Amino acid sequence: MTDERVVGKRVLRKEGRDKVTGAAKYIDDIVMEGMLYGATVRSHVSRGIISKISFDPEFDWTDFVIVTAKDIAGKNCIALISEDQPCLAAQRINHPEEPILLLAHEDAHVVRKAVDRVLIEYEPLPAIYSIEESERQSETIWGTDNVFKTFLIEKGDVDGVWEKADFIVEGEYVTGAQEQLYIENNGMIAKFDEVHGLTVWGSLQCPYYVHKALMGLCNLPSEKVRVVQAETGGAFGGKEEYPSMIAGHAALLAMKSRRPVKLIYDRLEDMTATTKRHPSRTRHRTAVNRTGEILGGEIEFTIDGGAYATLSSVVLSRGTIHAGGPYHWPNVRIRGKAVATNAPPHGAFRGFGAPQSIFAMERHMERIAKTVGVSPVEIRRRNFLKPRQTTTTEQVVREEIDLGQLLDRGLELSSYSAKKAQFTKENHGSGIKRGIGIATFLHGAGFTGSGERYLASVVGVECSADGQVCVMVSSTEFGQGTNTVLCQIAAEALALPYEAVRIAQPDTSQVPNSGPTVASRTAMIVGSLVRSAALGIKQTLIGSGQLREQYSSQEFRAACQNHIEQHGSLKSFARYDPPEGVFWDDVKYRGEAYAAFAWAVYIAEVAIDVCTYNVSVQDFVALQEVGRVLHPVLAEGQIAGGVAQGIGFALYEKVIWDKGRMQNGQMTNYIMPTSADLPLIRVFFEEMGNIHGPHGAKGIGELPMDGPAPAILNAIEDALGVAFDSVPLMPEDVFEAVSKTLDNSLAATGDGER
Amino acid sequence: MNSPARIARNCEVSLTVNGRTETVRAFPMERLLDVLRRDLGLTGAKEGCGEGECGSCSVLMNGEVVNSCLIPILQAAGTTLITIEGLAAGPHLSQLQTAFLECGGSQCGICTPGMILAAHNLLSKNPEPTLGEIREALAGNLCRCTGYMQIFEAVLQAAQRVKGA
Repeated sequence: MTDERVVGKRVLRKEGRDKVTGAAKYIDDIVMEGMLYGATVRSHVSRGIISKISFDPEFDWTDFVIVTAKDIAGKNCIALISEDQPCLAAQRINHPEEPILLLAHEDAHVVRKAVDRVLIEYEPLPAIYSIEESERQSETIWGTDNVFKTFLIEKGDVDGVWEKADFIVEGEYVTGAQEQLYIENNGMIAKFDEVHGLTVWGSLQCPYYVHKALMGLCNLPSEKVRVVQAETGGAFGGKEEYPSMIAGHAALLAMKSRRPVKLIYDRLEDMTATTKRHPSRTRHRTAVNRTGEILGGEIEFTIDGGAYATLSSVVLSRGTIHAGGPYHWPNVRIRGKAVATNAPPHGAFRGFGAPQSIFAMERHMERIAKTVGVSPVEIRRRNFLKPRQTTTTEQVVREEIDLGQLLDRGLELSSYSAKKAQFTKENHGSGIKRGIGIATFLHGAGFTGSGERYLASVVGVECSADGQVCVMVSSTEFGQGTNTVLCQIAAEALALPYEAVRIAQPDTSQVPNSGPTVASRTAMIVGSLVRSAALGIKQTLIGSGQLREQYSSQEFRAACQNHIEQHGSLKSFARYDPPEGVFWDDVKYRGEAYAAFAWAVYIAEVAIDVCTYNVSVQDFVALQEVGRVLHPVLAEGQIAGGVAQGIGFALYEKVIWDKGRMQNGQMTNYIMPTSADLPLIRVFFEEMGNIHGPHGAKGIGELPMDGPAPAILNAIEDALGVAFDSVPLMPEDVFEAVSKTLDNSLAATGDGER
Repeated sequence: MNSPARIARNCEVSLTVNGRTETVRAFPMERLLDVLRRDLGLTGAKEGCGEGECGSCSVLMNGEVVNSCLIPILQAAGTTLITIEGLAAGPHLSQLQTAFLECGGSQCGICTPGMILAAHNLLSKNPEPTLGEIREALAGNLCRCTGYMQIFEAVLQAAQRVKGA
């Protein structure tokens, strides 16, 4: 480990120079000759049937390109997991942002003005807007029962535990929608001609998802569709799936006009129409003995998927598997369910279901601790998973992880005991109540279960005659450090300097399909493949006698030149090969859910002003075991950034809904944390080996999203003695609950009587 | 009906951008951001929200940070502007740009031009800011990636290096 020269070092971000000089080209920075500007006409009702479309006769419609569902040459759907979501609504409307018609014009201002001049009439239908309404099935809006997907995990004998329990602890926990709020709005440019076919450039995470969607929509063969990722200004899951929709729209306009078409969303459209984190409801019923040991329990995890299936089944899967947290459940039954409502589909957002179910688990641990009468620290310590025990899916913990030790280090770093004593003493009579709270959790890296096996990702490494190495993957950079980390891994494998390796721009006509850039899989899964492919180059050169075992950069260059002169090119590819002996049952949801888990202890300190009920986070310790840290600066940045989003999820970011439409789709009224709002986020790593990832690395991108919300609400309970079970928690919510508690206590002592 | 496309761009505006005098024709209420990006090809300033909340369109106008999405071009007439493109001296990055690169202050990069300009403005007025002053000075520039910690680190590093130079 110590003799690594590139991995683990603070090398500079590959595309960093372009970013700090303003030279990096994002999609809206690109202009093409003869380009038109597109706009999307959307539904005005949440559910109904389109009865008439007309165009305002007072408006000048010459020079407009107009596309409706009738212009679609292929299948009118955005192909993903199921094919239920239309690209353009032809008749039926299922949510209030459903795209119906597309416009393009030379002038970006004019096309925006034209949107309101398209007049659409509807026969409205009754709609449903919440998990509860969907479950009641007063209206059936999807399938036969409004249910997209269910999962059942069963381990041991849950029904037998209740009679053995000293305590049965119940709780219900709710999380709201959350907007990804990447600072670069979604956007695409499409261009079409008969010879080259269709090319789409855009802000996106998964080039091959877009590629697949466009082939079906436009009825084009694979080689006539090319998808290129432009520099992407943040994604966080928000550009996993919806870009296929926008690419489809831009493509339809380009194919009809035979001119390049740019389709860029403004902030309002991006926030209201595109995906958000799934709202959730989790119910726990847990049997516990008098020492606080969990005997077993039932967990019901339900998410609101919005109007179409999109990724809800996969989000549900991850949320269901993470619902038991990092604890040992001898007996457990977990039911996961994703239901339909008439809101725009909810989608991927960092954590992908886990932040929702872990929020519930970690709040519920607090409730169990209270009920049993042990401390938040002890309740966790007594139930932590240990090596060779099994998770809820009966995956054996093979790592020598010691969560108790991780917790101890977290307590020490946060001065937990001293703070706790200090706050207890100082809070009495103070206008500022302070508290400290813990969340302990895990996050699985890579696709769930057989996911990676189905993906069968491929990566390439190519060398040129001058000894330059190029990593070829469809894995995208959107801030996390893909470019840098994959180049580090290739450089290390080839014993070359970091500067000798570059990464190709993700372009489906040039790079193999290394899978989507999601699920904290890039460093661990794709990184391993990059290492294999790079080692393949080395083996080729050494095996053919062109290179010795030990070599200099100059010798490597000479060998590359030599090889290319003889064979024309020097390339190596690696395909994902599932590890032997890994068992996963897709039906029973049992077995090895993830190749690796990252483990974490997060500790938040809060202060609540009992005059304004404003909650501020004062200190935040984020300690995690993520295997080998490939790049200390990037890894720390991932964690701090995720914690900031988690603090937003807990305290600031509230989506206000009215009839399925977001009402606060602006940065003015949807509030994310600014530089003045956040505490010092202190990031620490434990490094333990991991058998799967390159150099022992595990995925880290999503992990930090899981812990902040429960740690903060646990800290608030510590400060106020009032339990809150839903996020976002706004000052008005704190006010209401504290007033109620105060009223109750006054009533109980008789002081409240008039 | 007349569409704006057919109205002549009837307003001529001169301004100094990154040391060069530029004259553009634009609608009087056209946003400075659009003029910079479209007419002058300076795409470093980004549109994140279009309403002055995110700061990714920040530029320096007469030595103050402004949201270029909120400035009508007429208001920019005769002013001196610095955009991100004007910060590096040829191939040499400014201390702040280097520090952002080294400390991880830039992840997806979309807020970076505005963030660096806001930090540049802070350091030009207050070469040795405290952490509190940095937080305050950057509060108008939203970053969704970093959680700001490495941005603060970058600003502190740049300040130290400038002082040491």
